[in-house]
Amino acid sequence: METRKPTHERDTEDHRREGIASPVEGFNERGKKAVQDRELHDAVELFTNKSVAVRNAALHALPDAPELRERAYHIKQQTMANLDEYLAQMADAVEARGGNVFFADDGEDVTRYIGELARRRGARIITKSKSMATEEIELNRRLEEDYADLDLEIVETDLGEWIAQLSGDTPSHIIGPILHLNLRQITEILSEAAGEKLPPDVEALTKFARERLREKFLAADIGITGANFGVAETGTIATVTNEGNGRLVATVPSVHVVVMGIEKLVPRFEDLSTFVQLLARSATGQKLSVYTNFVTGPRGEGELDGAEEFHLILLDNGRSNLLGTEFEEALYCIRCGACLNVCPVYRQTGGHAYGSTYSGPIGAVITPLLKGDEEAKDLPHASSLCGACSEACPVGIPLHELLLKLRSRQVDEGLAGKAQEIAFKGFETTMKSPALYNISTKTGRAVQKPLTKDGSVRPLPGPLGGWTKSRDLPPLAEKSFRELWKDGLRDG
Amino acid sequence: MKAALFIPCYVDQIYPEVGVSTVRVLRKLGVDVIYPEGQTCCGQPAFNSGFLDEARGVARHFLDVFEKESFDYTVCPSGSCTTMVSHYYPFIFEGSTEERRAEVLAPRVRELSDFIVNVLGVTDLGARYEGKAVFHCGCHQRRELGVLNEPQELLGEVEGLDLLDWENEELCCGFGGTFSVKMPDVSTAMADEKIKALEKSGADTLISGDSSCLMQLAGRLWRTGHDTRVLHLAQVLDSEGSA
Repeated sequence: METRKPTHERDTEDHRREGIASPVEGFNERGKKAVQDRELHDAVELFTNKSVAVRNAALHALPDAPELRERAYHIKQQTMANLDEYLAQMADAVEARGGNVFFADDGEDVTRYIGELARRRGARIITKSKSMATEEIELNRRLEEDYADLDLEIVETDLGEWIAQLSGDTPSHIIGPILHLNLRQITEILSEAAGEKLPPDVEALTKFARERLREKFLAADIGITGANFGVAETGTIATVTNEGNGRLVATVPSVHVVVMGIEKLVPRFEDLSTFVQLLARSATGQKLSVYTNFVTGPRGEGELDGAEEFHLILLDNGRSNLLGTEFEEALYCIRCGACLNVCPVYRQTGGHAYGSTYSGPIGAVITPLLKGDEEAKDLPHASSLCGACSEACPVGIPLHELLLKLRSRQVDEGLAGKAQEIAFKGFETTMKSPALYNISTKTGRAVQKPLTKDGSVRPLPGPLGGWTKSRDLPPLAEKSFRELWKDGLRDG
Repeated sequence: MKAALFIPCYVDQIYPEVGVSTVRVLRKLGVDVIYPEGQTCCGQPAFNSGFLDEARGVARHFLDVFEKESFDYTVCPSGSCTTMVSHYYPFIFEGSTEERRAEVLAPRVRELSDFIVNVLGVTDLGARYEGKAVFHCGCHQRRELGVLNEPQELLGEVEGLDLLDWENEELCCGFGGTFSVKMPDVSTAMADEKIKALEKSGADTLISGDSSCLMQLAGRLWRTGHDTRVLHLAQVLDSEGSA
């Protein structure tokens, strides 16, 4: 019997280079491989079907969901319009509570800040809770490479992220990082980490993970978390988790570092009531995530918990370039993953085909915006523009329209290629002239004759070959509608 | 009631019978049907590919052709092409001299089932079709137009037709215009998922208000040896006996 390579050894080249800092060309090729991978397909289908069902149920149970969505959009719109002021307010609030604030342009800045902090603290073990921003800048890899002399042990503590880390994999979904793996594959990965064969049993596997991770939680010198939201008026960082690991990362080590994208700001504490409701429902169909943590600066006098040192790193990494542009709405994203779950393309390919930290519709939008169009040329085309993403987005980002705008920007930048430019010029010329339209369709009918067999066009070379390889192509009709109209249909 | 037919280019050239059924159905309802003969394409292929200047060029021609005629509504047997004119013309002409022209025409361009149910106020056309069918609603019709119930209402009145539910019916068929040739493997996988659901439903007929979705699904159905009957909504409404 043929044995399949476990998914975590799938040859998608070097996974560690798949963050936002690496080129993501080749969606089509990766997508082609992905749709042939039945194990992957079943895993993605299972996860997305379930996610869509629970999300729909949770949102339908919320009578004011449409109003909440509108409110969320307006809060984000207002935040982005005054982002500089809110960032300053946030920084002041954190500093007033005794925390440190650092504005980072990019991943290199973040790495240097945390690397030097680790050096100063003599840190060895760093625990992390789930953070897409640190995935985006490939923080773990950079720290291990650039600060190799510190011999840091960086441990992801979200269960899915940890399993991905153990297998050298990257997350394939914002919320379910290893949804592409099944129980058999996860058992293999954890057995290898345990050095013994673990049973393919969820309880036994999580028991092992808890024991192993608990050691790390207690021994960590620095804890790094992301931020689901940062509140400008109070300097509070809000994180939601279902495993409680975020709380252990933020409060057990003596140093807590938050890496937060600058777009995660909300102006007021009360705004959280809007976003937390939408996030949990859209992401996992829960009314509220199991743990919602608020951390405001380091441990204060007389307080029982919290880190001695608190560092807030506000990451730009290309975000501020979008402010005030037609793409600003991409910054409203709260990373719930709802657009991935409803996307019919994502359903077929899973996340790794996108070749970027962010997959699915939001990934196809945000990756070229953060990396540049040339670096992610395929992604705006990795969509049938069905609009399910825009419909699902809890903050009302018109995702499929942003994809259209990105396609149009590629054309303006000359990235669409000469062949397409010529084709669409020809299309315009033909369609503007009924005479040319008639000539070209008649020519088409003459040309297709030798190519037609049993009512379908034979497999073709060129662009249409993509169609005829897997689907029958109907020939042009012997008489067009306009001819039938003239031939008597007009007169009834 | 006078209606100007907007027959999408691929219906004109590949599926003229859909246009013919559209005419017959409208006439049966007493509509005075005209066909502005200068029409070609709405420009959607260029628009979807990001070639907005070229799309505008074609759209201007469309506006010229339809503005020359006098009619109450423009009726189109495609949710997708209707959306291009009613939703995306105002979008591509935003801030230009054509914006007003596009906005005047937009609300008068109606998808066939929308026109029959919401403008004419009719659901029973006295049609008869023997079969078990699923209806695929094109994504533009579903989301941009919100014309989701109208086809169901019309099909519900067709004698002999058993309209079935099918799994994940809201999923896109995978056509997506140039997407279908730019990303052929993913596009085909999307069609396969629809076909799997169709098989599971037990339907012998697939109906849609968009011939482009049907071209995608039929293309895959034939290639994989299925003998499902594939019909446009207009053809079913135009049926008078067992197919």
